[in-house]
Amino acid sequence: MSEPIINFEKVSKWYGEFHVLRDIDLAVAKGERIVICGPSGSGKSTLIRCINALEEYQEGRLTVDGVEITDDVKAIEAVRKEVGMVFQQFNLFPHLTVLENLTLAPMWVGRVPKKEAEERAMTQLARVRIAEQAGKYPLQLSGGQQQRVAIARSLCMTPKIMLFDEPTSALDPEMIKEVLDVMIELAGMGITMLCVTHEMGFARSVADRVIFMDQGQIVEQNTPAEFFANPKSERTRDFLSKILSH
Amino acid sequence: MDAALHAPVIARPAPVRSAGLLAWLRANLFADWKNALATIIVVALITRWLPEIVDWAFVRSVTRPDNAACRALDHSGACWGVIAEKYRLILFGRYPFDEQWRPLLATLLMVVMLVASCTRVLWSRWLVVAWLAVLVVFFALMRGGIAGLTPVETARWGGVPLTMLLSTLSIAAAFPIAVLVALGRRSHLPAIRTLCIVYVELIRGVPLISVLFMASFMFPLFIPPGITVDVLVRVLVGITLFAAAYLAEVVRGGLQAIPKGQHEAAAAMGLSYWQTQRKIVLPQALRMVVPSIMNSFISTFKDTSLVTIVSLYDLTGSLALALGGDADWRQFYMEGYLFIAAIYWTFCFAMSRYSQWVERHLRVGNAR
Amino acid sequence: MAAKRHDWSWRSRATRGLIYQVLAVAAITAVIWFLAHNTLENMRVRGIQSGFGFFAQPAGFDIGESIFAFDSADPYWKAFLVGLSNTLRAAVVGIVLTTILGTLIGIGRLSRNFLVRNLCTAYVELFRNIPVLLQLLMWYFVLNEWLPPVSDALNPLPGIFLSKSGMAFPIPEWEHGHLVTIVGMALGIATAWFYRRRARAAFERTGVARPMLWPVLVFVAVGALLGWVAGGAPTALELPVRNDLNVSGGGAVTPEFLAVTIGLTIYTASFVAEIVRSGIQSVPWGQTEAAGALGLSRGQALKLVLLPQALRVIIPPLTNQYLNLTKNSSLAVAVGYPDLVSISNTTLNQTGRAVECITVIMAVYLTLSLVTAALMNWYNSRSAIKER
Repeated sequence: MSEPIINFEKVSKWYGEFHVLRDIDLAVAKGERIVICGPSGSGKSTLIRCINALEEYQEGRLTVDGVEITDDVKAIEAVRKEVGMVFQQFNLFPHLTVLENLTLAPMWVGRVPKKEAEERAMTQLARVRIAEQAGKYPLQLSGGQQQRVAIARSLCMTPKIMLFDEPTSALDPEMIKEVLDVMIELAGMGITMLCVTHEMGFARSVADRVIFMDQGQIVEQNTPAEFFANPKSERTRDFLSKILSH
Repeated sequence: MDAALHAPVIARPAPVRSAGLLAWLRANLFADWKNALATIIVVALITRWLPEIVDWAFVRSVTRPDNAACRALDHSGACWGVIAEKYRLILFGRYPFDEQWRPLLATLLMVVMLVASCTRVLWSRWLVVAWLAVLVVFFALMRGGIAGLTPVETARWGGVPLTMLLSTLSIAAAFPIAVLVALGRRSHLPAIRTLCIVYVELIRGVPLISVLFMASFMFPLFIPPGITVDVLVRVLVGITLFAAAYLAEVVRGGLQAIPKGQHEAAAAMGLSYWQTQRKIVLPQALRMVVPSIMNSFISTFKDTSLVTIVSLYDLTGSLALALGGDADWRQFYMEGYLFIAAIYWTFCFAMSRYSQWVERHLRVGNAR
Repeated sequence: MAAKRHDWSWRSRATRGLIYQVLAVAAITAVIWFLAHNTLENMRVRGIQSGFGFFAQPAGFDIGESIFAFDSADPYWKAFLVGLSNTLRAAVVGIVLTTILGTLIGIGRLSRNFLVRNLCTAYVELFRNIPVLLQLLMWYFVLNEWLPPVSDALNPLPGIFLSKSGMAFPIPEWEHGHLVTIVGMALGIATAWFYRRRARAAFERTGVARPMLWPVLVFVAVGALLGWVAGGAPTALELPVRNDLNVSGGGAVTPEFLAVTIGLTIYTASFVAEIVRSGIQSVPWGQTEAAGALGLSRGQALKLVLLPQALRVIIPPLTNQYLNLTKNSSLAVAVGYPDLVSISNTTLNQTGRAVECITVIMAVYLTLSLVTAALMNWYNSRSAIKER
């Protein structure tokens, strides 16, 4: 296997005295699409937030796109240019228009001229099918529209890796589909994706690998077909029975 | 990629770096060079000044009411003796010396009622009755003239009882006015709305001292010639009008937070305007703004200190009374100031802590 | 839209509304008439005249400090003007100082450093809970009693003298050269403005950010410097000089002014600190994370994402505090600082014209409040975050 684009080596993290990530070993190949699931408190969000250094870890070694994540500010800035993140609460900047939200990072971090940044932004907005809202302010849009804008905002930096932290958990049911459709389209484009979600249908149709986490460790990982058909661990079976019962 | 089933990992204690005293020091005091510098500067300042302050305030201080000993200190130590000597004058103003148990009792009653009003368990109709009873008793005790108590005119009331009376009575009287004005501001009738807006903006736009001057100098002109009104009553009216304007804004904030659906449901049930306000809207609105009402009370409590300027001897004024004329003790004014500052501070700090507690409690109660 | 059909019956809501309003207005009018009638009666009985004409009469009292010349032969209206200028002087200095101090302490309350954080919290809790009048009196006492008499004045820094008579400091002697300096500074500001416009356009065109802050400071400083040199480099400073009896020369401020300014600053700063702190905390943590996730540096995140949102929350209550500080400056009457209320009080005691004097005070403060409220409404409508 070629060099993994993300490599966790015995990574451990504590919140105070609470051991939240326990000896995580995980290698993600370039272009791989991974869905991470598990009960709340299992550390799955913490895991992906370590990748773009929104969380610090205490033991082990984490390498992203050849750069080791440490305290080094320059290393973190370099990594964040290549990693995009979509949050559960969207986190759009409410004082800027949709277009300004998208052009902010390319202009100030990517040193892209304004005109080019705006063209790039309109392309991404068209891709998520929301180009007509470019002049609106985030709080004037629905939840589903805001999350699509958030996805477009991350894409404007042409990242190599996209992280999704429960992107549909804060949405009303009728808006989940529009966001998942965008994510499925994205998955077909070759970007490395790590997605924490409860949407198992999405996992089945798109993921290369499904990972189940519980109590801070990876319990089981497998292809979607195998994972849902033959869960190997008792805990996995227990979890799946709870969320797949409807 | 192989399907993998991982062996379970047992939780380990955190490495020394992230927990424990050393980690705390590192994170809280020496996180980076700027923090380390700040810590060093603060520690240097504290070690320079704190021993001197403690020395002045405690080690070398004189607590006996001994004027000669105090003078001998020559400002190298605090003369708390001035408090020991003058505390009754400071705390009770010019109230006759032998009768000072009466204002003491009255103040204690008032404080008990305030604490009782703060305990949610006791919120009921009976609390209002209890308040009225306590106020009557308060006036009876202070004023005298019944039950064998010698009469004491209001001009002699002063110190802590006066401060408590002014703040409590003015907020109590301001409350109904504030509710009416707040309702008036949200009224659909333009004349009433304008009147309320003018009142609130007029009072909020001017300093309290001008309202007190108005009470002191202009109110006598408003009253028919021949009738005199006690200066205490006039000042009370002034503070009440002032507090009511600010309280009206607080209540209005609460009213605005009530969803329209509440009004609509009440109207659909056939309730009249006043019934809706009394039974549905106000109970919810007022409960929501209890912390802000408490803040209003704290502000009014602090504002009562201004009555010294119109020659009423509240806690701030009684200090001037106690020390201003006394050449022997006058140089120890600062100790007097510190004493009354401590009294004000204790009261206001306790009230603000309580209001923060109420706010947290309310939020928890409302969260679902 | 069809016109409303009025039913003018006893039970119609429109009729009732009209009747309530008529009653309310009638009641208020009756009360006002009653008060006015009594007032005129009382004034007649006591022989007080009315009218604002007395403002043109000579004041008959001196004023302790003033930024323009005043003596007891000047009319009352000029005395009031001096009072107003003193109020504004204390208010402006107080507002500037309290903004700086309050912002520092507010940020300090959010510091990671345990000592700094708790010291700032202690500051806020201490000065918030003591009445402002008491604080003013205490500062006045400290300045009046604990500072040495003027013959023994403290000299903490060269040219600055502190004593019971106040603080003396060096002021530049006004010369033609200073005017040129100011012109130079104005040119510097204009150049800086043009530079910023061009830098912004270049940034949008090419994507390379140009420094925005340092060049502005440099332009203004260089402009002032060149103007100063061109004006003949005037260096004459009027230094206060201490001789045996007192300190003369230089600019001076009285201990009353110092007491009012210091007291108001320290009191109001505790409220400003809370406003700044809650403004910063009002920006959800997710905004910082999103900015970081996009690759923005801490400085960029602060400038582009955090400050714009925090300022929107901070500025309205901050302006309210500025107004409170200005209103609290009226307490200067208790320490003898001749502000507007103090002078009005003196006039009132001298002439007995209570109604006129108090009306003037209230009118002035009301104007200040309404103007500030109007500005604040304009700012709010312009900068409000647009929602559905």
